[in-house]
Amino acid sequence: MTAYTATVTVRLKRGVLDPEAETTKRALERLGFDLEDLRSADRFEIDLEADDADDAAERAGEMAERLLANPTIHDYEVTVDQR
Amino acid sequence: MTVTVLQFGGSNCDRDAVRALEHLGIDAERRWHADGLPAETDGIVIPGGFSYGDYLRAGAMAARAPVMAEVRAAAADGTPVLGVCNGAQIGAEASLVAGAFTTNESARFQCEPVHLRVERADTPWTAAYDVGDVIRVPIAHGEGRFEIDADAYETLEADGRILFRYCDADGDVTDAANPNGSTGNVAGILGERETTAVLMPHPERATLPDVAASTDGQGVLRAFA
Repeated sequence: MTAYTATVTVRLKRGVLDPEAETTKRALERLGFDLEDLRSADRFEIDLEADDADDAAERAGEMAERLLANPTIHDYEVTVDQR
Repeated sequence: MTVTVLQFGGSNCDRDAVRALEHLGIDAERRWHADGLPAETDGIVIPGGFSYGDYLRAGAMAARAPVMAEVRAAAADGTPVLGVCNGAQIGAEASLVAGAFTTNESARFQCEPVHLRVERADTPWTAAYDVGDVIRVPIAHGEGRFEIDADAYETLEADGRILFRYCDADGDVTDAANPNGSTGNVAGILGERETTAVLMPHPERATLPDVAASTDGQGVLRAFA
């Protein structure tokens, strides 16, 4: 078994309105920043022991499917790094 | 006839639901989720509140509590199941209904009376109304925007699963009358069976004549009578 950190990034699907990101963008503009667009995402860093990187990615993907993401509104991606 | 009103950590409309049901002569009792459903229950309310602090997404944690498997089984058997507000979010997260309820277009918590147009009158939840009736009930949510992909929405409409839409006082379904940016002004929908329904507005807060601005919500709760 090897120690990995699986990073799950959950973001709204393209086209799904993100009022929090819109509000954040406006606040940055009020501070004088110039930006075209802003998207927000949730990032989960999961430490786990796995046989190999594929095993770690598969388990983290299942966590995303079952809880971390809502397939109606979210896409997600998983990356794995050895700790 | 006893209705089970589920309590999760952070539920806060459970007592209101019991009071409202009892006012209508319907027996109701609160039930802690970890105790599971009673051996016999004639109906289930998933009440409003902020279960598990709305962590992750509103309703996400409660939807995965073991009791929700029992609720899904009861719903599949035709036991009336009503999710209100956080209960609607839990119901969507638990796949009792299609779609998801997410952050209001305004990005604000909104607590205000709204008008709803009755889209179906041939369900237990709306038998007291006629199609096109306009009822007045309150909303109180930050994550009530109904989101669903275009194909699934078309199916929802084609199957007649839309129960209530936000409208103006005249019953016109307009953008201006949409408090949270919901797809199709959807405020309440049916599940696989017509005995399952979820809605963001609070019928139990529009039931008791002494405290409510309207009693238009009584008809929804009478589904349990």
